[in-house]
Amino acid sequence: MSPRLDVRKTYKLYVGGAFPRSESGRSYEIVDAKGTFLANAAMGSRKDVRDAVVKARAAQGGWATATAYNRGQVLYRVGEVLEGRRDQFIAEVAASEGLTKPRASAVVDQAIDRWLWYAGWSDKVAQVLGGLNPVAGPYFDISAPEPTGVVGILAPQGSSLLGLVSVIAPAVVTGNTVVVLTSEQRPLPAISLGEVLATSDVPGGVINLISGRTAELAPWLASHRDVNAIDLTGAADATDVDWADLEVKAADNLKRVLRPVGTGGDAVEPDWTEQPDLSRIRAYLETKTVWHPKGR
Amino acid sequence: MSKFEYAPAPESRAIVDLQSSYGLFINGEFVDGTGSSFKTINPATEEKLADVSEASADDVDKAVKAARTAYTRVWSRMSGAERGKYVFRIARIMQERARELAVLESLDNGKPIKESRDVDVPTAAAHFFYHAGWADKLEYAGLSPAGSPPPRPLGVVGQVIPWNFPLLMLAWKIAPALATGNTVVLKPAETTPLTALLFAEICQQADLPPGVVNIVTGAGATGQALVEHPDVDKIAFTGSTDVGKAIARSIAGTRKRATLELGGKAANIVFEDAAIDQAVEGIVNGIFFNQGHVCCAGSRLLVQESVADEVVRRLERRMKTLRVGDPLDKNTDVGAINSKAQLQRITELVDAGEAEGATRWTVPCELPARGFWFAPTVFTDVSQTHRVATEEIFGPVLSVLTFRTPQEAVAKANNTPYGLSAGIWTEKGSRILWMADQLKAGVVWANTFNRFDPTSPFGGYKESGYGREGGRHGLEAYLRTGVDA
Repeated sequence: MSPRLDVRKTYKLYVGGAFPRSESGRSYEIVDAKGTFLANAAMGSRKDVRDAVVKARAAQGGWATATAYNRGQVLYRVGEVLEGRRDQFIAEVAASEGLTKPRASAVVDQAIDRWLWYAGWSDKVAQVLGGLNPVAGPYFDISAPEPTGVVGILAPQGSSLLGLVSVIAPAVVTGNTVVVLTSEQRPLPAISLGEVLATSDVPGGVINLISGRTAELAPWLASHRDVNAIDLTGAADATDVDWADLEVKAADNLKRVLRPVGTGGDAVEPDWTEQPDLSRIRAYLETKTVWHPKGR
Repeated sequence: MSKFEYAPAPESRAIVDLQSSYGLFINGEFVDGTGSSFKTINPATEEKLADVSEASADDVDKAVKAARTAYTRVWSRMSGAERGKYVFRIARIMQERARELAVLESLDNGKPIKESRDVDVPTAAAHFFYHAGWADKLEYAGLSPAGSPPPRPLGVVGQVIPWNFPLLMLAWKIAPALATGNTVVLKPAETTPLTALLFAEICQQADLPPGVVNIVTGAGATGQALVEHPDVDKIAFTGSTDVGKAIARSIAGTRKRATLELGGKAANIVFEDAAIDQAVEGIVNGIFFNQGHVCCAGSRLLVQESVADEVVRRLERRMKTLRVGDPLDKNTDVGAINSKAQLQRITELVDAGEAEGATRWTVPCELPARGFWFAPTVFTDVSQTHRVATEEIFGPVLSVLTFRTPQEAVAKANNTPYGLSAGIWTEKGSRILWMADQLKAGVVWANTFNRFDPTSPFGGYKESGYGREGGRHGLEAYLRTGVDA
């Protein structure tokens, strides 16, 4: 009896709630930490990025106006489905990042917990970051946070799942939609995350995942005039990417820029195991202040 | 001519002791700059008020060094309570010298004395008062979670402010910077440097440690030298969107932080059920306050079609009562345009409005022979693509557009790359709240307009810039917090 041949997975993009191949027809080889072939990933193009921005824009209004309770429920559901696919992610993270199984398990567990931590913020952010302003006059004057719109994200190159959820969740929890350029060399957990999202009530277009060459795609995302904010975290260790160039492009429409961590011009990948604060949530929020007279 | 003419009621300028020339304020002293000088004039008369130094890059460097030394040796080591007391002192001295500040502001800027006296100066003092109280309470601002280090200042802040509210913008910039423990180098606008220099005297009277506040006067090159100085940790800029973009580009790839308060093209939306006379007052206040030199001015009036004719008729009737002229006259409503260049820009855009087919109506009034003046003007028959409906005019020029449904009002209001402010006029509370949610603007005034308060954050969406000034939110821009602290 011959050994069973395994059924290998085809990794595609995740755009607008669907799983297209790149419109360019290109793919590229993904290898594990030891250089062994893992899969061919779709090699996204400028057009794929632009299509994803269109989907993200279309989805943004509905996602932002969903109740905070509803967004929290949807994101919690993502956590449930992630937990159900825990073994799959452990295998993919282990292969992508060259981790032992126990180490990969710890990373996946923390990624799920991180997702839940952010999910719970959906209906608390406005209370914590908003408030009534005691102006000197007869006015009702209230400030509340609102999502800035469509956020472009360069996902971390090294941390393929924990880093990935740590940059996506804080952006979407408040009602932004995102176009994510996945880790160039480690995109497989991201595409599997897309499968989780597609089956967890997240409206199509809220999270869009594009695998490919960061240096090729990032300039289009950074200069896109319908993108309101960009996270340059993934510029650290990305091949041929200078985050200063991307920040210059982002100035064209005054995108909100979340710079990579590091000192001076150096960009380094943060320690994703550290407990986050609200800074990544706050980076993609606008404060809206509404004044109304008081009187009889 | 109106039925009752007003007698002239000029405010005396004797309270202001103008010097013929002014130096830079660096390290607690007035010093001669190494660059050339320029004159600042009264835009209402074109008379020269004083010669002012144009700070060179070397001067800017000296100011930044002074700010760095003061930050390292004095200001960052001082307790919040002590820092706050200095800021309280400044607020009180501004109140004591309020009349002097108001007269000087109107002389140098051209704004009516009733606005500098009743709005600019008291609000500027209020900003110092509000922020002084924060100095020893920053850990309560909700910016650093339990277990993380308390908020820390950033260091030296470079601040560049515009000419429309010279003293008030100075207060918006300097008060939060000092309260949070930063030191500053501030460049006032080229055409309105005088109240900043008077403020420097106030810092001396308050015994503020040398170098904590430095004032460098000059034009674009001075501002650029400040923005690009490698030892500046944060830039705070208020001005045009074009310059804001240039600043964002110039600090790209650095660790400098920036807050940018930029242009606007606000929609002031009037529904058919609004209290029309109150709305008309709000429209007038929204666009003719401060000669329309207001980034959040309600420059696009969106009126529901069913009441458009009536609103415009009542608006024009109200506009005829606006008194244009001498800024120092206490009865003046609309003063001088701040500069010849700005008058040319307004004129060019108004000409474009006529050429593109909008209908112009200008208040019939006599304008002074000297100085820079523009009579309040309204355009009707405006379409969304006209330049008067898309570009920031920064003058007393209103464009009127119409809409039929709330949804259409939202779509038209948001049809701009700017997102600073908006106004809503309706008696229906549920519609106000719905509209406020839909509008992409940092400040939404409902049944009022152009209200400001130090406790109330201000700032824009989209190309109106990033960051907020004022309130608890404004502190964030001057602090390292949470995991960054």
